[in-house]
Amino acid sequence: MKKVYVNEDWCLGCHLCEYYCSFANSGESNMIKAFNKGKKTTPRIVVEEGSAINFAVQCRHCDDPLCVKGCISGALSIQNGIILVDDTKCVGCYTCVLSCPYGCIVTDHEKVIKKCDLCASNSGTPACVQGCPNAAIVFEERS
Amino acid sequence: MNYLIIGNSSAAIGAVEGIRQVDSTNPITIISDEPHHTYGRPLISYWLEGKLSDEKMFYRPQNFYEKNNCKLLLGTKVTAIDIEAQVVQLQDTSFIEYDKLLIATGSRPLMPPVPGLEQVKNKFSFMTYDDAKAIKAILKPDSKVLIIGAGLIGLKAAEGITKTTSDITVVDLADRILPSILDSEAAQIIQKHMEQKDIRFILNNRVDSFSSDTATLSSGETLDFDLVIVAVGVRPNVELAKEAGLAVNRGILLDESCKTSDANIYAAGDCTESMDITTGEQKILALLPNAYMQGEVAGICMAGGQKTYTHAIPMNAIGFFGLHMITAGTYDGEAVVTHSNESFKKLVFKDNVLKGYMMIGDVKRAGIYTSLIKEQVSVSKLDLELLHSKPQMMLFDKARRLEKLGGVHNEN
Repeated sequence: MKKVYVNEDWCLGCHLCEYYCSFANSGESNMIKAFNKGKKTTPRIVVEEGSAINFAVQCRHCDDPLCVKGCISGALSIQNGIILVDDTKCVGCYTCVLSCPYGCIVTDHEKVIKKCDLCASNSGTPACVQGCPNAAIVFEERS
Repeated sequence: MNYLIIGNSSAAIGAVEGIRQVDSTNPITIISDEPHHTYGRPLISYWLEGKLSDEKMFYRPQNFYEKNNCKLLLGTKVTAIDIEAQVVQLQDTSFIEYDKLLIATGSRPLMPPVPGLEQVKNKFSFMTYDDAKAIKAILKPDSKVLIIGAGLIGLKAAEGITKTTSDITVVDLADRILPSILDSEAAQIIQKHMEQKDIRFILNNRVDSFSSDTATLSSGETLDFDLVIVAVGVRPNVELAKEAGLAVNRGILLDESCKTSDANIYAAGDCTESMDITTGEQKILALLPNAYMQGEVAGICMAGGQKTYTHAIPMNAIGFFGLHMITAGTYDGEAVVTHSNESFKKLVFKDNVLKGYMMIGDVKRAGIYTSLIKEQVSVSKLDLELLHSKPQMMLFDKARRLEKLGGVHNEN
């Protein structure tokens, strides 16, 4: 299955992936509207910045996902290899935040939890990959 | 092959999903003394609070049993297991045969032997959907509620009823709330937060006796109440296993494949003991993720597959009135404490590994710390400054990071 991978040697730390992620999940059709009046929603991808190296991290869509197994409500599930959250069932207990070894469950005040869904509701390449100016984020099949 | 599961909560569902990873056809029978489709047990406080409707209580979709070829016997009690004949006996004295059996009988609330408790008409536990329904049925806006026990269950019950009544008193013998997961400093933060929501705490104290509507504390104080919620702890349901002759300590004893001392019987969840890798001790870890994962391992092994369960640790994620906390591991060791704004964090190190942590407020990416505990990663391999500041993948060296995040695609 195709997943998102980041080549940390190429990542500029520009945070554009975060903006594209926010935009893709904003429900708006144009970026200016999506970020109007500073209302950028929390992205599901996080750029970690170091002194010499940067990289973006988002849900690894594990084959053996601890977040799904630990979910107390059954809100997290695997659908065709993609780990999805059902907002209407999630109570925001954060057991998935406790469980995810990559720190990829995002919490904010907008939703109970957020996580990358590989832009499952759109088709094709995830927005973070499309928007990366240096091709540091790729969407591909790896063994 | 004929699978039988006693229980219908997380461990049982984990077992069904484990079995079906290996064996997609042979029938599974599930027996539960509760009358409900599988539901998220910790959701009962959210339901009581009105945050969740009945239809959102279900842990798996309505077609779960049908899809997994499970026969469901609800409201049915198992009275005995005959390990020689490989049958279980039901309340109505009928028998059900099995080739592989899972015991996922969970735990039940402990009722303290306090004089007079038996004459209290409105007393409740807070473990089941039916408990929550019974409380909701009699709770009124002017109800005076006394909660015995300031642990996870007692405090979730308190939160669950605050929208209905504001007269809530919690009594605990311990000197702090949530004594099983928090130290004094952390407990103070949560206690203050809950007191701001009008929940009253009486700690270092106990109920010496009850009348039908009053409780007399050891301090001499008398409290009036309309209902009492008893949440002083749970006891594992191990009687069936014990009477069948299986090896039982406080909980049912298991090997790494979650098999009991009988080759055809597995067990999972609150009725079992796990090895806590932070201390090397066998203990009951009555936690939902633990139950699911033991159940899944048991299911896979019952169906002839191979999987082991070896990374168990105590861990909890819970929140009260919007204040979240995540805790994991054990706290014996050298502590590094940081405070910032409204957040509190304590990391505990021993033998060169992270043994435990508590985070309150800012709990972002806590799972990275959990993974360090479970994998017993030597901290000498980590960037300590980054480790102390916040959980992040950057604290691993490059090779480890690439391994974890999927490696770099090599064009050549």
